[in-house]
Formats: sequence, structure tokens, C-alpha cells
Amino acid sequence: MPFKRYVEIGRVALVNYGKDYGRLVVIVDVIDQNRALVDAPDMVRTQMNFKRLSLTDIKIDIKRVPKKKTLIKAMQEADVQGKWEKSSWGRKLIVQKKRASLNDFDRFKLMLAKIKRGGIIRQELAKLKKEAASS
Amino acid sequence: MAPKNSKVTRNPNLIPGIGKYSRSQMYHKKGLWAIKAKNGGQFPHHEKKAKPETTSEKPPKFYPADDVKKPLVNKRKPKPTKLRTSITPGTVLIILTGRFKGKRVVFLKQLPSGLLLITGPFKINGVPLRRVNQSYVIATSTKVDISGVDVNKLDDKYFGKKAEKKKKKGEGEFFEAEKEDKNVLPQEKKDDQKLVDASLIQSIEAVPDLKAYLAARFSLKSGMKPHELVF
Repeated sequence: MPFKRYVEIGRVALVNYGKDYGRLVVIVDVIDQNRALVDAPDMVRTQMNFKRLSLTDIKIDIKRVPKKKTLIKAMQEADVQGKWEKSSWGRKLIVQKKRASLNDFDRFKLMLAKIKRGGIIRQELAKLKKEAASS
Repeated sequence: MAPKNSKVTRNPNLIPGIGKYSRSQMYHKKGLWAIKAKNGGQFPHHEKKAKPETTSEKPPKFYPADDVKKPLVNKRKPKPTKLRTSITPGTVLIILTGRFKGKRVVFLKQLPSGLLLITGPFKINGVPLRRVNQSYVIATSTKVDISGVDVNKLDDKYFGKKAEKKKKKGEGEFFEAEKEDKNVLPQEKKDDQKLVDASLIQSIEAVPDLKAYLAARFSLKSGMKPHELVF
């Protein structure tokens, strides 16, 4: 089981601890064995310990410590945000956030929708069972 | 002269009790010399207004042995409890205690006593026009359109207990007399309920699923953490 996601310049990572929890950042430089210089379009460039970062599959093509403008341009060309939102990891996070922000009324409507969906599935299943039994 | 909004002293304090300017400097600053000059060398003197003749009071017949202390004057007017900003007219509230616990109801207004006036509406979930304390209620962020409802005639007196008429103590008739029906709701209150609910139910039915939402009770299920829930 070799490693597939490497720490390299341009690797997109997710911050998993601290003030910037949940933010997507790009590794723009490696400081030493434990820390990286990390940057994002809406954030001041800072150093972060690798333990605070979860590497993603996404990588962009940048030189070491690019200017903010170049970084933003490279991120848009690689469509980091789009790739993230299409990936299963990204989609999971979006769903989690949506579920946490549900209103009491929204939760009620969700319950009604689940019951309705279950009913339709059961109907189809009953139909299929009948066909299987009769044939 | 137009009244000044803020009083600015002519003699600022160096230290509390000691002003910057001396008595003679203040005399000059206040312009008392000019006032005197206008009045021909003397400070203007107005005759005291004659007090109207009051009938002389008789000395009281009774003096208490010890001095009676007069209580301090209290001009405090109690205000109704501060309403949580999340509770506005038309908010759906979840009642937490009492026989209607878990019911989702519509908030109408805050009464002068501080209690909240709510209604089910009665046809939807069986909660009548009722008063409830703000502390025993969760405010959701769901709002109902309440513009067609007139709640001006409802106040604390409407909900207070009616003063019982004095019963005559007839020995034989004592127990029979007690059996008067005290528990029948007067028709007037039923009509008020119908009036308030009529326009409310219309605005509720305009929103899909809202009627079923108000008819259902709230309960905590497995995995729901109240401190993480958004209401």
C-alpha cells in the first residue's frame, strides 16, 4: 500500500484543526519537517503544522511561494473548488453542513419526504416480489 | 433664550471641589457686571410673590410616641419582561411544559404582564388562546403571516380568574350549590378563538406542510443534540 497523496508544492489540503477548520488551502512551501507554508485566496499566508492538514487528491501547478494573484489564477484554472465539490469527500462535507443548518420545520419536511420515499420503494419492492413469485 | 441641550459649566473642575476660576473671575465671566449695569448699578431685585391665603391648620390631636419613619418614595414602574429577539409576532414556538408540552404553536403578542399570548390554532392542534411564559418556550425560526389577526381586545384581564360571587352559607343547600357548572367555557371566548384562528389558518394553509407541522408534537429523537440543533 504505497502513499498516493504527497506533500508537495501545489497540494490542496483541508485544515482539520484550529481557527481555520474546514478551509481548503494550498501548500506553497515546506518550512521544515513538521510545518508548511500554506495559502488560500481569502486568507493571509501562514505556516501550519502538517498534523493540522488533511491532504486531498487535488494538486495545482504553481511555483514555490507564488504571488497571491498567481495563486488565485492557478486555482481557478485548475478549478479546485469545482473538483472539490464533485469529489465524494467534498460532497459529504457539504451534506453534513446542510444537515447541521436545518431548521425544525426543515427537519419535519425531511421526515415527511423520507416516509414518502420509503413508501414508494416498498410499493416497487412489493410489485417486484409479486412478479418473482408469480413467474 | 433657546434651551441648551448639554450644560457646559463656565468653571471647570481642576479637582472636585476646586474650580479653575476665582470668585472675582467668575463674577466677570458670568457677566454680573453687565446685568448690574443694565439695572442701574444694583442687582435686579424682584419682589417675592405674595402667597395665597391658606386657612391656618389646626394642630394635630395625636402625636405618635416615637417618630414614625416615612418610607422612601418609590417611583419604579415595572416593565414587561424583555422579549427574546428571536420571538416576533407570528413565530412558531415549541412549548416545553404543561399539558401542551411539545406542541408547536403560533405566537401572537406579548401581554403587559410579560407573558406571551399564543394560539394553536385550536382547530389544528387543540391549543386555545393561552398565556405562556417566555422561559418555557423554544423559539423556532419559522414565521407565520399574522397580519390579518386582531388581538387588541385580549389582555391579562381576559385570562384572569373571574371573581367568584359571594355564596350564602345555607347549610342544607351547601353541596348542591357547589355543583354549579364553573367549567363551561363561555361562548364569547369560543367566538374569540374562532375569530383569531380564521385568518391565521388561511395564512398557514398557504405554506405547504405547515399545517401538518403545527399538528405534530416535537420530541427529541436518538442522536439529536439540543445544543447543536438549529431551531
